[in-house]
Amino acid sequence: MIVVRQKPVDEICAFVTRHRRVLLVGCNTCAAVALAGGEKEVDLMAELLRLATSRKASFVEFSGTVLTRQCEPEFLEQLDSEGYDAILSMACGAGVALLASSVDVPVYPALDTLFIGAAQGLASWEAECSACGQCVLGRTAGICPITRCAKGILNGPCGGMSDGRCELGDRDCAWVLIFQRLEKFGRSEEFLEIAEPKDHSLRTRLVTWDAHEDGIR
Amino acid sequence: MSLREALESGRFAVTSEVGPPKGTDVSQMLDTAEKLRGHVDALNVTDNQAAVMRLCTLAACVHLAQKGHEPVLQVTCRDRNRLSIQSDLLGAASFGITNVLALTGDHVIMGDHPQAKAVFDLESVQLLEVVGALNNGTDMAGNDLSGTPEFFVGAVVTPDAHPIEPQLAKFEKKVRAGANYFQTQAVYDSESFLGFMETARSFDAKVLAGIVVLRSAGMARFMNKNIPGITVPDAIIAELASAQDPVAVGIEIAVRFINDVRDSCDGVHIMAVGAEHLVPRVLDAAGLWEVPS
Repeated sequence: MIVVRQKPVDEICAFVTRHRRVLLVGCNTCAAVALAGGEKEVDLMAELLRLATSRKASFVEFSGTVLTRQCEPEFLEQLDSEGYDAILSMACGAGVALLASSVDVPVYPALDTLFIGAAQGLASWEAECSACGQCVLGRTAGICPITRCAKGILNGPCGGMSDGRCELGDRDCAWVLIFQRLEKFGRSEEFLEIAEPKDHSLRTRLVTWDAHEDGIR
Repeated sequence: MSLREALESGRFAVTSEVGPPKGTDVSQMLDTAEKLRGHVDALNVTDNQAAVMRLCTLAACVHLAQKGHEPVLQVTCRDRNRLSIQSDLLGAASFGITNVLALTGDHVIMGDHPQAKAVFDLESVQLLEVVGALNNGTDMAGNDLSGTPEFFVGAVVTPDAHPIEPQLAKFEKKVRAGANYFQTQAVYDSESFLGFMETARSFDAKVLAGIVVLRSAGMARFMNKNIPGITVPDAIIAELASAQDPVAVGIEIAVRFINDVRDSCDGVHIMAVGAEHLVPRVLDAAGLWEVPS
């Protein structure tokens, strides 16, 4: 899923205090699961903003609604934003962008989009994928070095690894984990294959993808 | 005799290193180099060492070469993409600088510009292959070069890494990617280093043992705690702790290590880490002061 986090209220206040009637729009898919943009969070954010803006003696009205997904036009069609002079989107960057392109009032982000990640426990996620456009997990035993190695390097641990930890001190060394898992599968030999430099032009050119053009229905 | 000639002829090689200044005044760097003139085969020039921004390595190498020193251009992959790395390498070769040490580089987060975008378009193994391609007259894209460099390229290895297996696998990749020689992270346990040398010999790899002179027990503890891949054994820390003159004892420790391993490796790389004046003392005490010409 796309992992998101709410921006500080002060940062959001700076967007909305210029307006009179603001509609908060949640997103019931990733952002809801990430406890940042579901129904509950929309209500809570509206309350917080009422409190914060009233302290600043500005008079902004806040209402809230939640869409199934903000990154799909068919769900955006259900949005009634009549009478609002701004929208605060509580979705990932893709949701904010699509919503902004479909209405005639300013759309502001209430969240920061962090990464593509997987749940590690209750309300905790780990980055697992950098959307590089050429998945390498087949040769790295399912552990992404582009995402989980701080340097995103492709040929094994750097000299900064210490006791299996990254030199940044905040994570395990992805390449030690990859080595150990390949070894467990009896595939240590694969570790010795030199990975060529990544072709970044593929990612650069991936701005759209049309499944029909690939013959997929 | 160049570093390449020393290593290829099998003579015990001695290298050290200098760090470019933060600023434009290269006098101190040149003074350090001057003190080592005639006593080392080559001087490594660090590349924004520890991700701290400094005068560029290539310019520092040119300054040294103009004074008749033999520099080793350290190249990290942290700050430059593949275009920039290749063009810097060609620039170095155009000045006759042909010794290159291929490194991945410390992360920008570790340095004095932690907000910077880290590049790592390549890493050390791929960089070795790039140097090999340039030596063969083509760039990474396969385009022909007009004027072909003749780089002598080294790489680094951490014999005391824990766990060691992935590090040794990467070492093997570096050998296959064309590393002409290796210099190691600082090593202190000669027995463990000799064990590593058996592995290195099985790949026919030339190895310079990395030496950092310990100046106090506190420095040893600090390195154990903060520098990845360095393990100073407890016995050595105790020796320093009880010493009247810890610097003299630190030099003795370095000399003892060099004597223990000199028949099993191809040379030493002495890293001064802020105490350049100690390098001649170590070389002198180890009987390495006179480099045969």
